[in-house]
Amino acid sequence: MKHARYFSLIVVVIVVTFIAGLTWSYVSASDGEQIIKVTAKKFEYSPKEITLKKGVPVVLEFTSLDRMHGFSCPGLGIRSDIPPEKVTRLQFVPQKAGTFPFHCDVFCGTGHGGMTGTIIVTE
Amino acid sequence: MKIDRRDFLKLAGIGGVVFASGLGGWGSAARAKPPGEEDFFFVQLSDTHWGFTGPAINPDAAGTLKKAVVAVNRLKHQPDFVMFTGDLTHVTDDDNERRKRMAAVRDIISELKVKNVKFMPGEHDAGLDEAAAFKEFFGVTHYTFDHKGVKFIVLDNVSDPTSSIGATQLEWLSAQLKQLPKDARIVVFTHRPLFDLYPEWDWYTRDGAKALELLMPYQNVTVFYGHIHQENHHTTKQIAHHAAKGLMLPLPAPGSAPKNAPIPWDPAAPYKGMGFREVEAKVKPVQYALTELPVMGE
Repeated sequence: MKHARYFSLIVVVIVVTFIAGLTWSYVSASDGEQIIKVTAKKFEYSPKEITLKKGVPVVLEFTSLDRMHGFSCPGLGIRSDIPPEKVTRLQFVPQKAGTFPFHCDVFCGTGHGGMTGTIIVTE
Repeated sequence: MKIDRRDFLKLAGIGGVVFASGLGGWGSAARAKPPGEEDFFFVQLSDTHWGFTGPAINPDAAGTLKKAVVAVNRLKHQPDFVMFTGDLTHVTDDDNERRKRMAAVRDIISELKVKNVKFMPGEHDAGLDEAAAFKEFFGVTHYTFDHKGVKFIVLDNVSDPTSSIGATQLEWLSAQLKQLPKDARIVVFTHRPLFDLYPEWDWYTRDGAKALELLMPYQNVTVFYGHIHQENHHTTKQIAHHAAKGLMLPLPAPGSAPKNAPIPWDPAAPYKGMGFREVEAKVKPVQYALTELPVMGE
Protein backbone atom coordinates (compact mmCIF):
# COMPACT_ATOMS: atom_id res chain seq x y z
CA MET A 1 0.00 0.00 0.00
CA LYS A 2 2.84 2.33 0.95
CA HIS A 3 4.69 1.41 -2.28
CA ALA A 4 1.58 2.12 -4.30
CA ARG A 5 1.32 5.61 -2.77
CA TYR A 6 4.99 6.34 -3.62
CA PHE A 7 4.42 5.05 -7.14
CA SER A 8 1.44 7.38 -7.60
CA LEU A 9 3.47 10.32 -6.36
CA ILE A 10 6.29 9.53 -8.79
CA VAL A 11 3.82 9.30 -11.68
CA VAL A 12 2.32 12.67 -10.77
CA VAL A 13 5.79 14.25 -10.58
CA ILE A 14 6.72 12.79 -13.98
CA VAL A 15 3.49 14.01 -15.60
CA VAL A 16 3.82 17.50 -14.15
CA THR A 17 7.46 17.70 -15.23
CA PHE A 18 6.52 16.56 -18.73
CA ILE A 19 3.75 19.18 -19.08
CA ALA A 20 6.03 21.89 -17.73
CA GLY A 21 8.68 20.87 -20.24
CA LEU A 22 6.21 21.09 -23.11
CA THR A 23 5.10 24.57 -22.20
CA TRP A 24 8.53 25.91 -21.27
CA SER A 25 9.14 26.92 -24.87
CA TYR A 26 6.93 29.94 -24.50
CA VAL A 27 6.10 30.19 -20.83
CA SER A 28 8.49 30.94 -18.04
CA ALA A 29 7.92 32.06 -14.50
CA SER A 30 9.25 35.05 -12.63
CA ASP A 31 8.24 35.90 -9.09
CA GLY A 32 5.12 33.77 -9.48
CA GLU A 33 4.13 35.39 -12.78
CA GLN A 34 3.66 33.53 -15.99
CA ILE A 35 5.58 35.13 -18.82
CA ILE A 36 4.28 34.32 -22.27
CA LYS A 37 6.14 35.49 -25.35
CA VAL A 38 3.90 36.48 -28.25
CA THR A 39 5.11 37.54 -31.68
CA ALA A 40 3.03 39.63 -34.07
CA LYS A 41 3.50 40.03 -37.80
CA LYS A 42 1.27 40.62 -40.82
CA PHE A 43 -1.30 39.14 -40.23
CA GLU A 44 -0.95 36.71 -37.37
CA TYR A 45 0.03 36.22 -33.77
CA SER A 46 2.10 33.34 -32.51
CA PRO A 47 0.80 31.66 -30.48
CA LYS A 48 -2.72 32.55 -31.53
CA GLU A 49 -4.22 30.58 -28.65
CA ILE A 50 -3.07 31.39 -25.12
CA THR A 51 -4.22 29.44 -22.09
CA LEU A 52 -4.13 31.14 -18.67
CA LYS A 53 -5.35 30.33 -15.21
CA LYS A 54 -7.81 32.53 -13.41
CA GLY A 55 -6.21 34.59 -10.66
CA VAL A 56 -2.65 33.82 -11.72
CA PRO A 57 -0.62 36.92 -12.70
CA VAL A 58 0.68 36.88 -16.24
CA VAL A 59 2.92 39.00 -18.43
CA LEU A 60 2.44 38.93 -22.18
CA GLU A 61 5.75 39.86 -23.82
CA PHE A 62 5.01 41.10 -27.31
CA THR A 63 7.47 41.46 -30.15
CA SER A 64 6.51 42.72 -33.61
CA LEU A 65 8.46 41.17 -36.44
CA ASP A 66 7.57 43.81 -39.01
CA ARG A 67 5.53 46.96 -38.22
CA MET A 68 3.28 48.52 -35.59
CA HIS A 69 0.51 46.18 -34.53
CA GLY A 70 -1.93 46.23 -31.67
CA PHE A 71 -3.34 43.75 -29.21
CA SER A 72 -6.83 44.20 -27.88
CA CYS A 73 -8.84 41.76 -25.80
CA PRO A 74 -12.02 43.64 -24.86
CA GLY A 75 -13.43 40.68 -22.91
CA LEU A 76 -10.58 40.94 -20.44
CA GLY A 77 -10.29 44.71 -20.71
CA ILE A 78 -6.66 44.71 -21.86
CA ARG A 79 -4.86 46.24 -24.83
CA SER A 80 -1.43 47.34 -25.93
CA ASP A 81 0.36 48.79 -28.91
CA ILE A 82 3.05 46.49 -30.28
CA PRO A 83 5.73 48.68 -31.84
CA PRO A 84 8.52 47.00 -33.83
CA GLU A 85 12.07 46.54 -32.58
CA LYS A 86 11.26 46.41 -28.89
CA VAL A 87 9.63 44.11 -26.39
CA THR A 88 6.33 45.34 -24.99
CA ARG A 89 5.14 43.87 -21.69
CA LEU A 90 1.48 43.69 -20.73
CA GLN A 91 0.93 42.60 -17.14
CA PHE A 92 -2.46 41.56 -15.81
CA VAL A 93 -4.34 39.06 -13.70
CA PRO A 94 -7.19 37.26 -15.47
CA GLN A 95 -10.18 37.68 -13.18
CA LYS A 96 -12.71 35.50 -14.96
CA ALA A 97 -12.73 32.15 -16.70
CA GLY A 98 -13.86 31.80 -20.28
CA THR A 99 -12.82 32.19 -23.89
CA PHE A 100 -11.90 35.70 -24.97
CA PRO A 101 -11.03 36.66 -28.54
CA PHE A 102 -8.28 39.17 -29.20
CA HIS A 103 -7.40 41.09 -32.34
CA CYS A 104 -5.03 43.62 -33.82
CA ASP A 105 -6.51 47.10 -33.34
CA VAL A 106 -3.89 49.03 -35.27
CA PHE A 107 -4.81 48.95 -38.94
CA CYS A 108 -1.97 47.05 -40.61
CA GLY A 109 -3.00 46.13 -44.15
CA THR A 110 -4.92 43.74 -46.33
CA GLY A 111 -5.21 40.92 -43.81
CA HIS A 112 -5.78 43.14 -40.78
CA GLY A 113 -9.30 41.89 -40.16
CA GLY A 114 -8.08 38.30 -39.85
CA MET A 115 -5.32 39.05 -37.35
CA THR A 116 -7.01 37.45 -34.37
CA GLY A 117 -6.50 34.95 -31.59
CA THR A 118 -8.03 33.60 -28.41
CA ILE A 119 -7.22 33.68 -24.72
CA ILE A 120 -8.65 30.78 -22.75
CA VAL A 121 -8.82 31.33 -19.00
CA THR A 122 -9.40 28.18 -16.96
CA GLU A 123 -10.67 27.97 -13.37
CA MET B 1 -37.70 71.53 -53.72
CA LYS B 2 -41.38 70.72 -53.62
CA ILE B 3 -42.55 67.38 -52.34
CA ASP B 4 -46.13 66.56 -51.68
CA ARG B 5 -47.57 64.31 -49.00
CA ARG B 6 -48.04 61.45 -51.43
CA ASP B 7 -44.36 61.50 -52.30
CA PHE B 8 -43.47 61.44 -48.65
CA LEU B 9 -45.67 58.45 -47.96
CA LYS B 10 -44.09 56.65 -50.87
CA LEU B 11 -40.72 57.45 -49.43
CA ALA B 12 -41.75 56.17 -46.05
CA GLY B 13 -43.10 52.97 -47.52
CA ILE B 14 -39.94 51.78 -49.22
CA GLY B 15 -38.90 49.81 -46.22
CA GLY B 16 -36.34 51.91 -44.45
CA VAL B 17 -36.54 53.32 -40.99
CA VAL B 18 -38.42 56.57 -40.87
CA PHE B 19 -38.18 58.83 -37.89
CA ALA B 20 -41.12 61.06 -38.53
CA SER B 21 -43.79 62.00 -36.10
CA GLY B 22 -45.37 64.88 -37.93
CA LEU B 23 -47.09 63.50 -41.00
CA GLY B 24 -49.94 65.88 -40.35
CA GLY B 25 -47.57 68.76 -40.63
CA TRP B 26 -46.10 67.72 -43.95
CA GLY B 27 -48.41 69.94 -45.96
CA SER B 28 -47.05 73.00 -44.27
CA ALA B 29 -43.51 71.67 -44.62
CA ALA B 30 -43.89 71.74 -48.38
CA ARG B 31 -44.60 75.44 -48.41
CA ALA B 32 -41.80 77.87 -49.02
CA LYS B 33 -39.83 78.64 -45.89
CA PRO B 34 -37.27 81.28 -45.08
CA PRO B 35 -33.58 80.41 -45.43
CA GLY B 36 -32.44 78.20 -42.60
CA GLU B 37 -35.85 76.64 -42.16
CA GLU B 38 -36.07 74.69 -45.40
CA ASP B 39 -36.34 70.92 -45.36
CA PHE B 40 -33.92 69.15 -47.66
CA PHE B 41 -32.55 65.78 -48.71
CA PHE B 42 -29.08 64.35 -48.84
CA VAL B 43 -27.87 60.90 -49.78
CA GLN B 44 -25.36 58.84 -47.81
CA LEU B 45 -23.29 56.25 -49.66
CA SER B 46 -20.70 54.23 -47.83
CA ASP B 47 -18.07 51.54 -48.00
CA THR B 48 -17.83 51.15 -51.74
CA HIS B 49 -14.53 49.23 -51.29
CA TRP B 50 -13.49 49.72 -54.90
CA GLY B 51 -10.80 47.15 -55.74
CA PHE B 52 -12.27 44.33 -53.67
CA THR B 53 -12.46 41.02 -55.48
CA GLY B 54 -14.27 37.95 -54.25
CA PRO B 55 -16.89 36.37 -56.48
CA ALA B 56 -18.37 34.38 -53.59
CA ILE B 57 -19.09 37.64 -51.79
CA ASN B 58 -19.89 39.99 -54.67
CA PRO B 59 -19.68 38.68 -58.25
CA ASP B 60 -20.54 42.18 -59.46
CA ALA B 61 -17.74 43.96 -57.60
CA ALA B 62 -16.96 46.11 -60.65
CA GLY B 63 -20.59 47.00 -61.24
CA THR B 64 -22.23 47.61 -57.87
CA LEU B 65 -21.07 51.19 -57.35
CA LYS B 66 -21.94 52.07 -60.94
CA LYS B 67 -25.45 50.74 -60.40
CA ALA B 68 -25.80 52.79 -57.24
CA VAL B 69 -24.71 55.92 -59.09
CA VAL B 70 -27.37 55.26 -61.73
CA ALA B 71 -29.92 54.69 -58.96
CA VAL B 72 -29.08 58.01 -57.28
CA ASN B 73 -29.35 59.77 -60.64
CA ARG B 74 -32.80 58.24 -61.09
CA LEU B 75 -34.16 59.48 -57.76
CA LYS B 76 -37.27 61.48 -58.39
CA HIS B 77 -35.98 64.28 -56.20
CA GLN B 78 -32.29 64.86 -56.52
CA PRO B 79 -30.55 65.38 -53.17
CA ASP B 80 -28.91 68.65 -52.22
CA PHE B 81 -25.66 66.78 -51.78
CA VAL B 82 -24.18 63.30 -51.59
CA MET B 83 -21.95 62.20 -48.73
CA PHE B 84 -19.55 59.25 -48.94
CA THR B 85 -18.74 58.05 -45.44
CA GLY B 86 -15.46 56.31 -46.12
CA ASP B 87 -13.81 53.18 -47.44
CA LEU B 88 -14.17 54.38 -51.00
CA THR B 89 -11.42 51.91 -51.86
CA HIS B 90 -10.48 48.48 -50.58
CA VAL B 91 -7.14 48.39 -48.82
CA THR B 92 -3.98 47.55 -50.73
CA ASP B 93 -0.39 47.56 -49.51
CA ASP B 94 0.71 48.98 -52.89
CA ASP B 95 0.76 52.81 -52.92
CA ASN B 96 0.40 52.97 -56.70
CA GLU B 97 -2.52 50.57 -56.74
CA ARG B 98 -4.19 52.61 -53.98
CA ARG B 99 -4.02 55.69 -56.19
CA LYS B 100 -5.34 53.76 -59.18
CA ARG B 101 -8.33 52.66 -57.16
CA MET B 102 -8.99 56.19 -55.95
CA ALA B 103 -8.79 57.53 -59.49
CA ALA B 104 -11.23 54.86 -60.65
CA VAL B 105 -13.77 55.49 -57.92
CA ARG B 106 -13.50 59.25 -58.44
CA ASP B 107 -14.27 58.77 -62.14
CA ILE B 108 -17.32 56.62 -61.41
CA ILE B 109 -18.63 59.09 -58.85
CA SER B 110 -18.20 61.93 -61.34
CA GLU B 111 -21.18 60.44 -63.19
CA LEU B 112 -23.49 61.60 -60.40
CA LYS B 113 -25.88 64.30 -61.56
CA VAL B 114 -25.49 66.00 -58.20
CA LYS B 115 -22.17 67.80 -58.22
CA ASN B 116 -22.15 68.72 -54.56
CA VAL B 117 -20.37 65.58 -53.36
CA LYS B 118 -18.57 65.34 -50.02
CA PHE B 119 -15.96 62.79 -49.04
CA MET B 120 -14.26 61.40 -46.00
CA PRO B 121 -11.87 58.46 -45.67
CA GLY B 122 -12.23 55.05 -44.12
CA GLU B 123 -9.34 53.07 -42.71
CA HIS B 124 -9.03 51.17 -45.99
CA ASP B 125 -8.39 54.48 -47.76
CA ALA B 126 -6.22 56.16 -45.18
CA GLY B 127 -4.97 53.78 -42.50
CA LEU B 128 -1.70 52.78 -44.18
CA ASP B 129 -0.45 56.17 -45.36
CA GLU B 130 -2.16 58.59 -42.95
CA ALA B 131 -4.49 59.64 -45.76
CA ALA B 132 -1.73 60.87 -48.11
CA ALA B 133 -3.32 59.36 -51.23
CA PHE B 134 -6.84 60.23 -50.13
CA LYS B 135 -5.91 63.90 -49.74
CA GLU B 136 -4.48 63.96 -53.25
CA PHE B 137 -7.78 62.81 -54.72
CA PHE B 138 -10.49 63.95 -52.34
CA GLY B 139 -9.07 66.72 -50.15
CA VAL B 140 -8.96 67.22 -46.41
CA THR B 141 -10.19 64.53 -44.05
CA HIS B 142 -11.96 66.63 -41.43
CA TYR B 143 -13.94 69.80 -42.03
CA THR B 144 -17.27 71.50 -41.52
CA PHE B 145 -19.85 72.91 -43.87
CA ASP B 146 -23.16 74.68 -43.44
CA HIS B 147 -26.27 73.78 -45.36
CA LYS B 148 -29.71 75.29 -44.90
CA GLY B 149 -29.25 75.94 -41.22
CA VAL B 150 -27.48 72.70 -40.35
CA LYS B 151 -23.86 72.56 -39.22
CA PHE B 152 -22.25 69.46 -40.71
CA ILE B 153 -19.06 68.26 -39.03
CA VAL B 154 -16.89 65.64 -40.69
CA LEU B 155 -14.62 63.82 -38.25
CA ASP B 156 -11.67 61.66 -39.27
CA ASN B 157 -11.26 58.63 -37.03
CA VAL B 158 -9.28 56.49 -39.47
CA SER B 159 -6.15 58.29 -40.68
CA ASP B 160 -4.55 57.45 -37.37
CA PRO B 161 -4.27 53.65 -37.65
CA THR B 162 -5.03 53.30 -33.95
CA SER B 163 -8.68 54.18 -34.71
CA SER B 164 -8.34 57.49 -32.94
CA ILE B 165 -9.54 61.01 -33.61
CA GLY B 166 -6.53 62.42 -31.80
CA ALA B 167 -5.99 65.34 -29.46
CA THR B 168 -5.42 67.92 -32.21
CA GLN B 169 -8.67 67.13 -34.01
CA LEU B 170 -10.58 67.01 -30.73
CA GLU B 171 -9.33 70.50 -29.93
CA TRP B 172 -10.47 71.60 -33.38
CA LEU B 173 -13.90 70.01 -32.74
CA SER B 174 -14.17 71.78 -29.42
CA ALA B 175 -13.37 75.12 -31.07
CA GLN B 176 -15.99 74.51 -33.78
CA LEU B 177 -18.67 73.62 -31.25
CA LYS B 178 -17.97 76.63 -29.05
CA GLN B 179 -19.14 78.86 -31.89
CA LEU B 180 -22.58 77.21 -31.90
CA PRO B 181 -25.64 77.74 -29.71
CA LYS B 182 -26.71 74.73 -27.66
CA ASP B 183 -29.78 74.24 -29.84
CA ALA B 184 -27.85 74.30 -33.12
CA ARG B 185 -28.76 71.61 -35.63
CA ILE B 186 -25.62 69.50 -35.85
CA VAL B 187 -24.94 66.49 -38.06
CA VAL B 188 -21.69 64.60 -37.60
CA PHE B 189 -20.25 62.29 -40.24
CA THR B 190 -17.67 59.71 -39.20
CA HIS B 191 -16.48 56.44 -40.65
CA ARG B 192 -16.22 54.40 -37.47
CA PRO B 193 -18.87 54.51 -34.76
CA LEU B 194 -18.05 57.01 -32.04
CA PHE B 195 -19.45 54.69 -29.40
CA ASP B 196 -18.39 51.16 -28.48
CA LEU B 197 -20.66 49.23 -30.83
CA TYR B 198 -18.64 46.01 -30.74
CA PRO B 199 -14.98 46.49 -29.83
CA GLU B 200 -14.30 42.77 -30.32
CA TRP B 201 -14.64 43.45 -34.06
CA ASP B 202 -12.90 46.80 -33.91
CA TRP B 203 -16.26 48.57 -34.28
CA TYR B 204 -15.47 51.57 -32.12
CA THR B 205 -13.29 54.67 -31.94
CA ARG B 206 -10.62 54.58 -29.28
CA ASP B 207 -11.23 58.16 -28.17
CA GLY B 208 -14.80 58.39 -29.43
CA ALA B 209 -16.07 59.03 -25.91
CA LYS B 210 -14.14 62.30 -25.86
CA ALA B 211 -15.90 63.47 -29.02
CA LEU B 212 -19.27 62.49 -27.58
CA GLU B 213 -18.46 64.36 -24.38
CA LEU B 214 -17.86 67.49 -26.44
CA LEU B 215 -21.10 66.98 -28.40
CA MET B 216 -23.25 66.05 -25.43
CA PRO B 217 -24.17 69.60 -24.32
CA TYR B 218 -25.85 70.20 -27.70
CA GLN B 219 -29.51 69.33 -28.02
CA ASN B 220 -29.78 68.41 -31.70
CA VAL B 221 -26.92 66.15 -32.70
CA THR B 222 -27.19 63.23 -35.11
CA VAL B 223 -24.30 61.05 -36.26
CA PHE B 224 -24.19 59.20 -39.58
CA TYR B 225 -21.41 56.68 -40.08
CA GLY B 226 -20.31 53.63 -42.11
CA HIS B 227 -17.67 50.97 -41.42
CA ILE B 228 -20.01 48.16 -40.34
CA HIS B 229 -21.69 47.63 -43.74
CA GLN B 230 -25.22 47.41 -42.39
CA GLU B 231 -27.99 49.51 -40.99
CA ASN B 232 -27.72 50.13 -37.27
CA HIS B 233 -29.42 52.63 -34.99
CA HIS B 234 -28.28 53.56 -31.53
CA THR B 235 -28.54 56.43 -29.10
CA THR B 236 -26.11 57.77 -26.53
CA LYS B 237 -28.41 59.93 -24.41
CA GLN B 238 -29.92 62.45 -26.84
CA ILE B 239 -27.44 61.75 -29.66
CA ALA B 240 -28.66 59.39 -32.39
CA HIS B 241 -26.19 57.29 -34.38
CA HIS B 242 -27.13 55.73 -37.73
CA ALA B 243 -24.86 53.30 -39.59
CA ALA B 244 -25.37 52.85 -43.32
CA LYS B 245 -25.24 49.79 -45.54
CA GLY B 246 -22.22 49.40 -47.79
CA LEU B 247 -21.95 48.89 -51.51
CA MET B 248 -19.63 45.91 -51.76
CA LEU B 249 -19.70 43.31 -48.99
CA PRO B 250 -22.32 42.92 -46.26
CA LEU B 251 -21.10 42.07 -42.77
CA PRO B 252 -22.90 40.16 -40.02
CA ALA B 253 -24.74 41.85 -37.16
CA PRO B 254 -22.49 42.74 -34.22
CA GLY B 255 -21.48 39.59 -32.37
CA SER B 256 -23.79 37.35 -34.39
CA ALA B 257 -20.98 35.27 -35.90
CA PRO B 258 -17.61 33.98 -34.70
CA LYS B 259 -15.86 36.48 -36.99
CA ASN B 260 -16.89 39.58 -38.88
CA ALA B 261 -16.31 37.86 -42.21
CA PRO B 262 -18.34 39.07 -45.22
CA ILE B 263 -21.69 37.44 -45.83
CA PRO B 264 -21.64 35.32 -49.00
CA TRP B 265 -23.62 36.43 -52.04
CA ASP B 266 -27.13 35.03 -52.18
CA PRO B 267 -28.00 34.17 -55.82
CA ALA B 268 -31.68 34.19 -54.84
CA ALA B 269 -31.36 37.75 -53.57
CA PRO B 270 -28.59 39.58 -55.45
CA TYR B 271 -27.14 42.63 -53.69
CA LYS B 272 -28.89 41.66 -50.46
CA GLY B 273 -27.54 43.64 -47.54
CA MET B 274 -26.17 46.38 -49.78
CA GLY B 275 -27.64 49.76 -50.57
CA PHE B 276 -27.60 53.44 -49.79
CA ARG B 277 -29.60 55.89 -47.77
CA GLU B 278 -31.65 58.96 -48.40
CA VAL B 279 -31.96 61.38 -45.51
CA GLU B 280 -34.62 64.00 -45.28
CA ALA B 281 -33.64 66.77 -42.89
CA LYS B 282 -36.62 68.49 -41.35
CA VAL B 283 -36.40 71.70 -39.42
CA LYS B 284 -39.37 71.86 -37.08
CA PRO B 285 -39.19 69.68 -35.18
CA VAL B 286 -35.62 68.71 -35.95
CA GLN B 287 -35.86 65.26 -37.48
CA TYR B 288 -34.05 63.07 -39.94
CA ALA B 289 -36.26 60.71 -41.91
CA LEU B 290 -34.15 57.85 -43.20
CA THR B 291 -35.02 55.79 -46.23
CA GLU B 292 -32.92 52.74 -46.96
CA LEU B 293 -32.74 52.04 -50.68
CA PRO B 294 -31.40 48.95 -52.46
CA VAL B 295 -28.47 49.15 -54.89
CA MET B 296 -30.87 49.49 -57.81
CA GLY B 297 -32.75 52.30 -56.09
CA GLU B 298 -36.48 52.96 -55.94
